[in-house]
Order: sequence, then C-alpha cells, then structure tokens
Amino acid sequence: MLPKEGQFRDPSGCAVTGVIDRSGRGMTGEGMIEAISVMHDRSNGLGGGFAGYGIYPHYKDFYAFHLFYDKKEAQEGAEAFIRRHFEIVYSSEIQTRKLPSVTDEPLIFRYFLAPLPQKLANSHLDEREYVARCVNRINAEIAGAYVFSSGKNMGIFKGVGYPEDIGRFYRLEEYEGYAWTCHGRYPTNTPGWWGGAHPFGLLDFSVVHNGEISSYDANRRYIEMFGYKCTLQTDTEVITYIIDYLVRRRGLTLEETAHVLAASFWSTIADKGEEAKEQETLLRRMFPSLLVTGPFSIILGYTGGLMALGDRLKLRSMVCAEKGDRAYISSEESAIRKIEPNLDRVWSPAGGEAVVFELYGKGGLAR
Amino acid sequence: MNMYIQPEYEVIRNSDKCIACRVCERQCANLVHSFDSETGKMKADDSKCVNCHRCVCLCPTHALKIVKSDDTYKINANWDNQTINEVYKQANTGGVLLSSMGNPKPYPVYWDRMLVNASQVTNPPIDPLREPMETQLYLGKRAAKIERDEQGKLKNTLAPQLKLKVPVLFSAMSYGSISYNAHESLARAAEELGTYYNTGEGGLHKDFYKYGKNTIVQVASGRFGVFKDYLESAAAIEIKMGQGAKPGIGGHLPGAKISADVSETRMIPQGVDAISPAPHHDIYSIEDLRQLVYSLKEATEYKKPVIVKIAAVHNAAAIASGIARSGADIIAIDGYRGGTGAAPTRIRDNVGIPIELALAQIDQRLRDEGIRDEVSILVGGSIRSSADVIKAIALGADACYIGTAALLALGCHLCRSCHEGKCNWGIATQRPDLVKRLNPDIGYKRLVNLVTAWNHEIQEMMGGMGINSIEALRGNRLMLRGIGLTDTELNLLGIKYAGESM
Amino acid sequence: MKRIYVNEKWCLGCHLCEYECAFANSGLTDMVKALKGKTIHPKIRVEDSGEVHFAVNCRHCKDAICVQSCISGALSKGEDGVVRIDQNKCVGCLTCVLVCPYGAVMPAPSGHAAMKCQLCTDNLCGEPNCVKHCPNNAIVYEER
Repeated sequence: MLPKEGQFRDPSGCAVTGVIDRSGRGMTGEGMIEAISVMHDRSNGLGGGFAGYGIYPHYKDFYAFHLFYDKKEAQEGAEAFIRRHFEIVYSSEIQTRKLPSVTDEPLIFRYFLAPLPQKLANSHLDEREYVARCVNRINAEIAGAYVFSSGKNMGIFKGVGYPEDIGRFYRLEEYEGYAWTCHGRYPTNTPGWWGGAHPFGLLDFSVVHNGEISSYDANRRYIEMFGYKCTLQTDTEVITYIIDYLVRRRGLTLEETAHVLAASFWSTIADKGEEAKEQETLLRRMFPSLLVTGPFSIILGYTGGLMALGDRLKLRSMVCAEKGDRAYISSEESAIRKIEPNLDRVWSPAGGEAVVFELYGKGGLAR
Repeated sequence: MNMYIQPEYEVIRNSDKCIACRVCERQCANLVHSFDSETGKMKADDSKCVNCHRCVCLCPTHALKIVKSDDTYKINANWDNQTINEVYKQANTGGVLLSSMGNPKPYPVYWDRMLVNASQVTNPPIDPLREPMETQLYLGKRAAKIERDEQGKLKNTLAPQLKLKVPVLFSAMSYGSISYNAHESLARAAEELGTYYNTGEGGLHKDFYKYGKNTIVQVASGRFGVFKDYLESAAAIEIKMGQGAKPGIGGHLPGAKISADVSETRMIPQGVDAISPAPHHDIYSIEDLRQLVYSLKEATEYKKPVIVKIAAVHNAAAIASGIARSGADIIAIDGYRGGTGAAPTRIRDNVGIPIELALAQIDQRLRDEGIRDEVSILVGGSIRSSADVIKAIALGADACYIGTAALLALGCHLCRSCHEGKCNWGIATQRPDLVKRLNPDIGYKRLVNLVTAWNHEIQEMMGGMGINSIEALRGNRLMLRGIGLTDTELNLLGIKYAGESM
Repeated sequence: MKRIYVNEKWCLGCHLCEYECAFANSGLTDMVKALKGKTIHPKIRVEDSGEVHFAVNCRHCKDAICVQSCISGALSKGEDGVVRIDQNKCVGCLTCVLVCPYGAVMPAPSGHAAMKCQLCTDNLCGEPNCVKHCPNNAIVYEER
C-alpha cells in the first residue's frame, strides 16, 4: 500500500482559481464549481477543494473546525481533546451529496468552537496561537483524525476527486460567501488521501497553489524552527506556514511577505528607488531562508481578502481580472470568462508581483 | 647510528629528452638536481626530493617525472613502509614527527558519497545563461526585531553582516606561514571577487590595509599582530579557537620564518620562534569566549561581525550551540582535512572529525534549538570543488572557506613540506629568492579564475535543481542523496539514500 | 611600439627564456631535436648576480646606435620600430656588437655575421617566445 501524505514529500501540478466581491455581497459556491470545471485537464481526479469566506455569518465569532475521521475511534479521541480545550457551541456532520464519482469518503464533521477561557489563560498564549497549536496536536497526535479547516467565518471543503465533483459533493451551491478559492489537483506522488487535498488552511489563512517548489526543504527546515510541523510535506503546507509566520507572528504586511517569498532579484532591486531598495534588501537579509524558488502560483485567502502571488521567474501561469466589485484570479483566463464573459480588465501579474483584492474599507493586511 | 631510509619518491629523467638546460637545478631549493660537467648530464639526489613538482612543471622538454619508489620492506598490511619509516625517523631523532597540509589518510570523504538532485518534468531546470542565478549572500546574524518608523517603514535592526558575491571565502593563512606575495594574491583576488580573505594569526602587513574591506582579521591565542588599527581595518574579526588540521594544540612558526617584515607585522622579535598557546589563556570556558566576543565588538563599536572558528571535533554541535549564544555572528567550522603550515603528524592524522558530519550535526542542532538565525555557518577543511560547495550549502552551510584549493591555484602541489620553509612555489616560505617565484599578478588572476569557474559550476548545478538563489539551497537536504553510506551515516547527515523518492 | 620589458623583481634567473629563444630560432618544432647536445646561441641573455637576475635583449632603441654604426647597411630600423639585421648584407665586422650599450647584439654562431632579437618576427612564433614561456611574467611584451 502506498504511504499517505505526510509520510513522503508530495509535490503536485494543479489549477487554482478565486473570486472576491469587494462590496461583501455573497456568492454561492456554484460559480467556482463552474470555473474550475473548465480547467478539468489541469487536475487528475486525485484532489479538489474550495475555501469560502463569509459563509458562517451566524457563527462568525467561533472557530469553525472541519474534521475528517478515518474511523469512529478517531472521532471519539478528537472530540475528547476538543472538549478539553474548547467549548463546543455547535457540532454536526457536514451535509454531503452522494455522487458516483466521489468514493471512499471519510466521516466529515464540523464544530463551532470557543477556547475554554481558563485553559487559554493558563497557556499564556495569544488566542490564535492557542487554536493553531490545538489543531497541530490533533493532526499530529490523534491517528485517523485530521482538522482541515480552523478559521472563523470561513470554511475549507476538500476531498479526492475532480474539483467540480467535490464541490457538488459538499453542496457548495447552498453556501454563500464574499470570497472563494478553488483548487484542482494533479499530484504526481499520492495515493489520494482526503486530508492531502487542497486548499491547505491554518486559522483563517487558506492557500491554493500550483507548481512544485525547489526550495522546499530549505523552507521547511527553517520554518520548523518556529514550532510548525510540516506533517503533510506539501508545498502548500509550507507556504501557508511561511505566510502565517510572517504575517501573523512577525507582523509583516502582505506586500512585505511577498518580497520575502518571491523576492526580487538582487539585480532588480539595485534598479529600484532608494526606499524600495532599502526595504527589499532588508527583507532579503532578514529572511533569506523563506525565499521560495521554483514554479508556483498561489492564491492566499484570508478574512477580508485574497492575494495572488507567482514565483519571481513567473514559471506558472496566473491571470487576474476585474468586473465591477468582483475580482478574479485564475490559472487560466478561460475559467474567469466562463463565469464572467464581460470583464472590465484582464491582466497577468509579473513574476513576484503580489496582487491583493480586499473588501472595501476594512483595513486589510495588504500594507 | 642513523638508520638509512630509502627515499619515498624517485626523480626519473628521460635522458633522450633532457637538454641539460639546468632549469631544474636552478629551481630546486632542495638541491636535488645537479649538472655533471664531466658527462654533460644532469643528476638527481632522490633523498632530497619532496615531490613538489616544480622541476617537472618547468622542464621545457617534459623530461622529468617523479614516481613512487617501488623499494619496499617485506609487505605487511599492519606495518606498512611509512609506519616503519616513521619509527626509524623517531628512533634516529627522538623528535615529534611534523607534517603540513591536510590529513592524507584514506578516511571516507563524505562529499563523494552524496549525490545532487536535478529537475525533470514536474518542475523546470533554470538556464543560468538566460535567467538570473543568484550566488550573492550575506553572512551574519539574521535574528532581528521587526520595528517600524513613523511612516511604517521597516527599520534596519540587523547586526552588521558581510556581503559576499560568491559563496566562497579564502580561509585563514597567516603572513609568516605563507609569503607576502601569496597574501597579496589572496587580498587582490578577494577584492575582485567581492569576497574575503583571512589574515590568519599573523597580523596584517602594512601594505595590505588598503584591502581592509575584503579582509577578515584573526585574533588567535598568540594575539600576534593584534592592535587597534588591525581590528579597525577589517570587515570582520575571527576568533580562532581551533584549527581542523590540529585540534587541541596551538601553533609554532619557526624562527627561521620570522623575517624582519614578519616580525614587524606580528609584533614579535625577529628570528625567534612564534608560539601560539593551545588555549586562549583568557578563555577557559564558554562564558569567557562571550567576554572576548564582546570585547572585540566594544573595541570596534559593534560595526563588524565576529566569527568564532573551531575545529570539527566530537562535541562540535554542543560547542556550536554555545557559540551561537555567545554573541558571535558567524561560526566557522574546520574539518580534519584542513591544511596547515605545520602540525604534529599524529595530530593531523588522528584528531578531529570529517567536516561533513560536523556541519550536518551543527546545522541540525542549531535548528532544533531554534537559534540557526543567530549565526551563519562557514565551513572549511577540504572543500575541493564547486560540487563540495553545493553539497556543503545543501547540508546547511552559508558559505565555504577554501585554503588548500586556493594554494593549489597559486601553484602548490601538496608536497606537504611547508614546515621546512623552502617552498619552491614561493608560497610557504619567507626566503626572498623563493617568494619572488609567486608573482601576484599571476597569482591573483588564477585565484579569480578558480572561484569564477566554481561559481559558474555552482550556478549550473543550482539551475539544474530549479533553484535560482543560493539562499534557497541552504539546508535544502532533500537535494542530496547518500550513496555507499550506512544508516547511521545517513542519519547523521540527515539525508536519504539514493533511489529513495522525495 | 610594443617592446619586450623585463621586470627584475620577478625574474627568477631560471634561464628558460634563453632556451625558448634558441628553440624559436631553430626553425624546428621539436625542442629536444633543436637543442639536445647543442650549444645554444640565444638572443636574450640572463644576467645573474647574487639574488639579482635580469634577462637582457634588444631594446629596439629609438636612435639605435647599432644602426648608425653599421658599415654595410645590414642593420636597419623598420617602420614598425623593430631593429633588424640582414645577415646577407652583414660583413661580420661586429662594430654593432661593440657599440651596443646593452650587449644585446652578438656574433652569430657562424662567426661571419651578427645577430640580434627581432621580436620573433623572423621566425614562426608570431609573438616573442621568451615572453610566452616566462614562468613568472617577468618578461612582458607591451606598449609603454
């Protein structure tokens, strides 16, 4: 039997797409499903997934955990752990639709959680760090249980299959959010484990990624110094941790984070204005081991926005577009045209250029 | 009675080719060659030959070669010829055996048991002729606070770092152990390459202060040549705690090498042996090291990174962890194959551990403790090629020190007789007639050529891996696979076996 | 013009230049064949005195006194500045040998004519062979 994700290094090729309505109006998951289905050939049926933001307005103050359980005992263990650390505000099995093309699904549960105040206080941790560590412990210590979504007012839905099938399996047409990202997977080294599908999430960060990075082990060994454990050994996982580390823990802006992850070449920096030169040089000197090389295009989802970022040589495709309040990001323009044929503007961002779309007037993470 | 010992090498002259030009005779400081005017032929005294190949290289008709003597005692796998001869030598003299350059014994070379990855379908190789391929890097502490000014701009909170255009520096070789011209060659090459050379424990000759921004000055246990201007002239200061070729002992520059110039530079009397003690007598433990690190930083107003150099020994990882917490900015580790101008043979050949293992352990230990950003790691001790550099960086080094390879570029033929002070190539000598044999105009250019060539090769290999910055190779151990290694060795190196997938 | 210059600082006194000169002017391609068992007659000579060594050959003087003193018109200064000797015209009076302040003109081995360095323009080397083979760049060929 092939080992599952986490027992080997797992790169993969892929398709990514995302949409945000900057006025905050809701969209159902149907649009994403339609868009990604156009890029069917960029996936191989071994993984698909979605992240929706603003989908749990009634529980927006609680951490929404989505878990896979391989077996009933895993659920018992995980729920016992969760009860020790959180108040469970609401929990249920996630409603799915039986499809002939989606098989071997695990048990899939959702919990809305609030950290137990005393536990949190005793831990001397910031609330988000507390939650992140709990997620890591469930994933590392409870065999057969896997938290695949843990943010507030957002949710990740993923599995083994073509992404359009996974979307219908999760009945995403019934959810409404202001932003969505989607991923179709073409792994070259996986048996197909549901937890191994993407997006990869940590708290409200979700990342979908297309490419295979060459800096993986340099990035992994560096980021693991700061308490992260790259259990899945995927590019997406390590990129998510890097972003979490730089943005949440070190307080960099998304733009600065992009200058670390996809730093301009020294020769390019030399030609920039004094301020940019100074700032970008400083970032490269502080975080050289978080430079990501090799092909990647990622869409980062977070509360209030999406960021598109490609590697500095632009080895993977990435198209952005706008129509009114809506902004689109996709591996291929066709996926955007499928759901919005009449665009105001379509462009391909340069290698290493971060493109950020955020809700109007919410003071996001961009700068 | 002195036991006669058959010379190890023989000078073979092809008399059909020899034109008796006597270049060999004029160029041999060991007086091996002579002209017999009666026969009109050249002669050679094998017993004086150190096998430095100066005559072989300069012979215009290539009439000379040096071969290993086939004279042998009765074959004995335990008592080989050299072992027996060394007993005879010591019985003859009662002395400690001396040797030079690195450990020549057939211990495993781990560089040669690691293979490098390359991209195929799933991600693309990058062509360094078409795309930028960055080998520039900074050495020093990277751990720094994020602070912003009123406009929200990041403030530079970093400690001073060294900027390198190539991931290679020239390691410490003192003026005294090597010649003025060798130093000039190294200094000029470092300047042109955008890297650094290292004074070693010999002070800095007054002529070379102008290369200060490419100079690392060393502070070693003898403190030779250390004073305010010396520290201030440099780009960085290196505290030498140990040397790979002779861990645990000090140094000894014979009085014969202490010329007027060397004496002035080292600030010691002319013609008197210069002895560096085994320990720094102000450092008997790690907390003392911290005091020296900060003394040097105080003395130079915190403007220069401080390097602490140690020999690779059994406990290197724990020592490195201590150094990383001592305020040092860079740790230099020197493996047991590192060169020297003179070392007791037994120590050179039996003390210390391979740099590959020490590096792998130190890098991992510092990461396990979360302090890898406190220091950069420099490794030396027989980095022989660009492939060794690539592998060292993938194991976790920031950059490499090269000493022996640099000397080879200058003409050294590894005869391992530096301690005799009669280097025919003008490198490890202070005899003016020999020193002049190394013209720095040639020497520096050859060093530049060597490092430039290596840099091209490094870029090609990085491109093959789909990596376009040396920084993304650092510690990227998935790019390495072991071959012919035991499980223990693989674990120590932190790499997988060839054929094992990602 | 480009001339051969010798930097005494780097001259090792190895005398290789003498052999390379003799070889260059031998017309042969095999040094052993050209020089083995023969007395060489180089046009460059290394002066040795203690630790000082200095290779000497024709300076190609601006007002070449050898040219002025030549009684047969064998010595001439070309437009390229090179002082040449036409051995067919030379009568072997050796006045030039006597007047040269550098000792850079010498009797040819035949004894009937003089000879001197012509910067290897008179053989197949193309560039001065002593310069090419000097192991320490003590002999250079350059414009100054």
